[in-house]
Amino acid sequence: MPDKINVPAIDGLFTMDPGKPCLLGTKCRACGTYFFPAEKTFCRNPDCDQADLEEVQLSRTGKLWSYTSANYKPPVPFVAKDPFEPFAIAAVELEAEGITILGQVADGIGVDALRAGMPMELVLRELYDDDEHVYFTWNWKPSNDAAGGA
Amino acid sequence: MSKDVAVLGAGMHPWGKWGQSFVTYGVKAAQDALRDAGLQWRDIQFVAGGDTIRNGYPGFVAGATFAQALGWSGAKVSSSYGACATGAQAISVARAHILAGLCDVALVIGADSAPKGFFAPTGGSRPDDPDWLRFHIQGITNPTYFGLYARRRMDAHGATQQDFATVKVKNAKHGLHNPNARYRKEVDLEQVLSSALVADPLHLLDICATSDGAAALVLSSMDFARKHSTNPVKIAAVSTVTPVYPNTIIEMPNLATDSKAGVGLPELGFKESIAHGAYEEAGLGPEDMSLAEVYDLSTALELDWYEQIGLCPPGDAEKLLRDGETTIGGRIPVNASGGLASFGEAVPAQAIAQVCELTWQLRGQAKGRQVEGAKAGVTVNQGLFGHGSSVICRV
Repeated sequence: MPDKINVPAIDGLFTMDPGKPCLLGTKCRACGTYFFPAEKTFCRNPDCDQADLEEVQLSRTGKLWSYTSANYKPPVPFVAKDPFEPFAIAAVELEAEGITILGQVADGIGVDALRAGMPMELVLRELYDDDEHVYFTWNWKPSNDAAGGA
Repeated sequence: MSKDVAVLGAGMHPWGKWGQSFVTYGVKAAQDALRDAGLQWRDIQFVAGGDTIRNGYPGFVAGATFAQALGWSGAKVSSSYGACATGAQAISVARAHILAGLCDVALVIGADSAPKGFFAPTGGSRPDDPDWLRFHIQGITNPTYFGLYARRRMDAHGATQQDFATVKVKNAKHGLHNPNARYRKEVDLEQVLSSALVADPLHLLDICATSDGAAALVLSSMDFARKHSTNPVKIAAVSTVTPVYPNTIIEMPNLATDSKAGVGLPELGFKESIAHGAYEEAGLGPEDMSLAEVYDLSTALELDWYEQIGLCPPGDAEKLLRDGETTIGGRIPVNASGGLASFGEAVPAQAIAQVCELTWQLRGQAKGRQVEGAKAGVTVNQGLFGHGSSVICRV
């Protein structure tokens, strides 16, 4: 039987580079504003009437703004593991883009290992699978800089 | 020109899990509000319904659904939706019709039959809908956002889980004597802190439930009111503001904030701007308020609101709470009704229920939970997708 193919759970949100994945957003060439998920048809800056939007890869690292956990199974359309395993969720600020992005925290890392301000990096993780595909999403993970000491 | 409209009547169907149609609850609340106003249904010239998205088509056209249930009378109608701020949208439409002289007297109704457990998005595969996307790709529920804000308060202002639990204890006590509250039982700190952790650092008893319930108001022009009432409570302001770009605080149901890379920050953050808009319109300030009804989706959010509606400077909410200033008998009681902690959330009814509470408080009719000598009050609430909601009432 052939191996399953790795695909993003939703197209167009992130690259599938296993080593250095990136979130995919857009940037307005006219005013410098970023959008995630990508805004492709208009610029949402109220003072910018351009729609000169280019696709960009967002910074892979940022600073932890806040964090929490999901101790109960989220409802459909989330595809939960059976049995459900609680997970942590992080809000990470990307400095260059001036944007804060949510994501689950990588497997096995609970809220006890997190503190506001710590550096975080983007990783990919399997979300669910079927007979032919493994579907991936992005996660945040304390970056190696953080593991090295406070 | 005065922007006042009169609140002639207020009515509610008790919050709970009653297993009936939202229409049943709405009609009961409407009939109570009409009775309170001393008016008949046929006197109503305009019906403003607050929509519910969980009860099929009749919920999407709530104004007409309630008008039909009360008996077609030819009244003009509107149906509004603004998520948790739906009630304020309905009040705003009715008020605008009255102030524009398009009608003299209007009935505002919001009602819901809510599912158990987490709210979930509507079905199908809809990756362009941020509400669907956040559940599917990250398993992010509403309590996720409450947890993020609560942790932020702990890091930024030294709040503790005990502070959060204290909000619940206070609101449970306030709600004890409210006949429309769902939970009328005292709760102690230990019960909150030992309840299951849902979204760290928040426990089950820190987070509001989902409820069935309904609330209704009869609003009129001041001219119409003079013929029917001696000294009615007035709505002095309604704020339905949206954020100013860039909104850099993560908001339900989004996966990301706006970017501040290209545009400077606005003078006020979104949540700060909501009540601010109402104060400006009323020509009043937080110091003029006798009480406040704020949207305590979580206990920690109530503390955020203290600062965002100007009851105290940023970082002082815990002190205001610990000093008992927001308890009935204190300087500025918050959620004298018992709040969402005692009610649970019936989405389209909730902002209307906040105004019902202010009405009863300002009339001196809030038996068992009366804020003595109340002269003015403010409500605040927020609906996902950028809906501000704040109403100021005064005598």
